[in-house]
Amino acid sequence: MAQQMTMIQAITDAMRVEMERDETVLVFGEDVGKNGGVFRATDGLQKQFGEERCFDTPLAESAIGGLAIGLGLTGFRPVAEIQFFGFVFEMFDSIAAQASRMRYRSGGRYNSPIVFRSPFGGGVKTPELHADSLEGHVAQNPGLKVVIPSNPYDAKGLLIASIRDNDPVIFLEHMKLYRSFRGEVPEGDYTVPLGKANVVREGEDVTIVTYGAMVHTSLKAAEQIEQERGAKVEVIDLRTVHPFDIDTVVQSVQKTNRAIVVQEAQKSSGMAAEIMAQINEKAILHLEAPVLRVTAPDTVYAFSAIEDKWIPDSHRVAQAINKVLDF
Amino acid sequence: MGTKAPSQLKPIRTEKVETIQVLDAQGKVVSADLEPQLSDEQLREIMKRMVFTRVLDQRAISLNRQGRLGFYAPVSGQEGTMIGSQFALRKEDFILPSYRDIPQIVWHGLPLYQAFLYSRGHQTGGRIPENVNVLMPQIIIGAQIVQTTGVALGFKKKNEKRVAVTYIGDGGTSQGDFYEGINFAGVYQTPSVYVVQNNQYAISVPVEMQTNADTLAQKAVAAGIPGYQVDGMDVLAVYAVMSEVVEKARQGEGPALLECLTYRYGPHTMAGDDPTRYRTDKEQDEWEQNDPLVRFRKYLKAKDLWSDEDEEQTIEEAKEEIKKAVKKADETEEMTIPGLIDSMYETLPLPLEEQKAEFGKTEE
Ligand SMILES: Cc1ncc(C[n+]2csc(CCOP(=O)(O)OP(=O)(O)O)c2C)c(N)n1
Repeated sequence: MAQQMTMIQAITDAMRVEMERDETVLVFGEDVGKNGGVFRATDGLQKQFGEERCFDTPLAESAIGGLAIGLGLTGFRPVAEIQFFGFVFEMFDSIAAQASRMRYRSGGRYNSPIVFRSPFGGGVKTPELHADSLEGHVAQNPGLKVVIPSNPYDAKGLLIASIRDNDPVIFLEHMKLYRSFRGEVPEGDYTVPLGKANVVREGEDVTIVTYGAMVHTSLKAAEQIEQERGAKVEVIDLRTVHPFDIDTVVQSVQKTNRAIVVQEAQKSSGMAAEIMAQINEKAILHLEAPVLRVTAPDTVYAFSAIEDKWIPDSHRVAQAINKVLDF
Repeated sequence: MGTKAPSQLKPIRTEKVETIQVLDAQGKVVSADLEPQLSDEQLREIMKRMVFTRVLDQRAISLNRQGRLGFYAPVSGQEGTMIGSQFALRKEDFILPSYRDIPQIVWHGLPLYQAFLYSRGHQTGGRIPENVNVLMPQIIIGAQIVQTTGVALGFKKKNEKRVAVTYIGDGGTSQGDFYEGINFAGVYQTPSVYVVQNNQYAISVPVEMQTNADTLAQKAVAAGIPGYQVDGMDVLAVYAVMSEVVEKARQGEGPALLECLTYRYGPHTMAGDDPTRYRTDKEQDEWEQNDPLVRFRKYLKAKDLWSDEDEEQTIEEAKEEIKKAVKKADETEEMTIPGLIDSMYETLPLPLEEQKAEFGKTEE
């Protein structure tokens, strides 16, 4: 049996399935209990599983991170919410200096089987430090996995896989995708494996590597290009952005010989730079044009009144596709 | 190891914290020794500001609902704390506000149209005029606390007789930054005042779930600084305590912490919070019995310092001023991406010059 669900419903469903299956799974964070989360992502969980398993914390991200690590050390599987990912800096020590190193520092004796869930992403007119795409900041820390779903089916399957993973996973949920469309989601238990990309549109002429909300922007640009000039654009949704599935990317580039990378984050030193570097390392002899990236400019995340001009749109993606095709 | 007799060790205790009040809910003076020596004009001015702020809150909420304002955190219920504390400052004192503290920074000199632009997510909202001593509202809860200690230490090192003042909510006192900031203040004896607006909830989480301590005021004890718990719905009590600690700080006698007991009548922000999920109408009704405006109005009327006409006139003036500010905000030039890029560094690095050119092109 499958159901039509929004991405946020799929995320709630994933936590419910795992809490039912495994009593060591705990869900906590600011406002996640009684209120069911500021977006209602944890709606109903406290009611169903009680305050022992789904609970509100005091307002302190640093302590939420430390609590998750401690609970992880005592046999629990924490699913900790960071209310908005812009607040991750308050928790950064726990994530980047503690959880990510637990396995390594203890020679495998201890680990951090934690999921840090958090909304992020632009286009919904939030105040500062709510919308920022900070996946590159976390991806730079060895020991972490970074997952960003683009649709309800993947969101549920990836979140279940993340909860079952024995290493820390940063699970980022794009706010604009929470309720913007529904998709088919199977009932009960299934996983989407971490570290596996998904070819969401097949094509022979150019490859777009992307993730999150930019999957949809890229698909729109791909349609436009096909209509305008008949070129067939392949679109790869990484799903796990770190460590990412370079094999799928290389296979595609071997076929299309051209690639662009699209990310909502700023241009420099982020995921796009890493993806381009790996394409160069593994497929440079297959390339017939330089790999381009479409990103936001290198400013602080835009003030909300102008964010729609700042976030990459299908127009800019189409321009880059044309540039690569015409090289 | 055998069982021992129960230990005689006594954990340290704080004394019972008293809530400081000048006016009771009926506007009667309950502690005459604390009643501030303010002129009739000053008393009327406090009332005007509270009425103005209430109107501003109502207008902001309706503008937000019409899509003509952006991010907004309602303030009704908290006027006693906001107005009373700011009224105790001098213009040269510096305020580090959080997102809800728009009234204090507006009364400290930020033009109202800029507050509206801030709400709309426009850069000009944060471009504080030269002669206004406030920072933009802080979104990261707790960051303002540590920065306040820094600003105050700066004033102290420069021998300026200025005080740095900051605001935080009950939830915010759980942040490490809160403890770190007040601890540093104690160590350096900075001229700083930390106002905790305990409005009972951090979004949905009640203050009892933030701390196992009886009060937030007593957190000052561990930092080695004076702490006070004040009836935050009593504007005179807030003013009385605030003016005393601010002047002490100015004279080099060090920092202080105030916990002001108050309540927000509205939702946490206008972005979809539903208070019925976490609190009762009955509780809200009880707090509204203590309304800061009602109480102070009764006090002034008994002194013959406030009339219904004064009230009407203040409301009309407020509406007019708000209308003008909205118009001015509407007329403000839109931002551009090259403009944002330009505002990143003092001198633009070359790669950003290139991005500026690129984005300049696509915007045309
Ligand atoms: C570091 C950080 N964590 C979380 C948030 C999200 N958030 C915004 S307001 C709020 C509750 C704050 O409650 P309180 O400190 O009591 O102040 P109030 O809003 O009631 O004035 C939360 C959790 C934030 N802005 N910054």
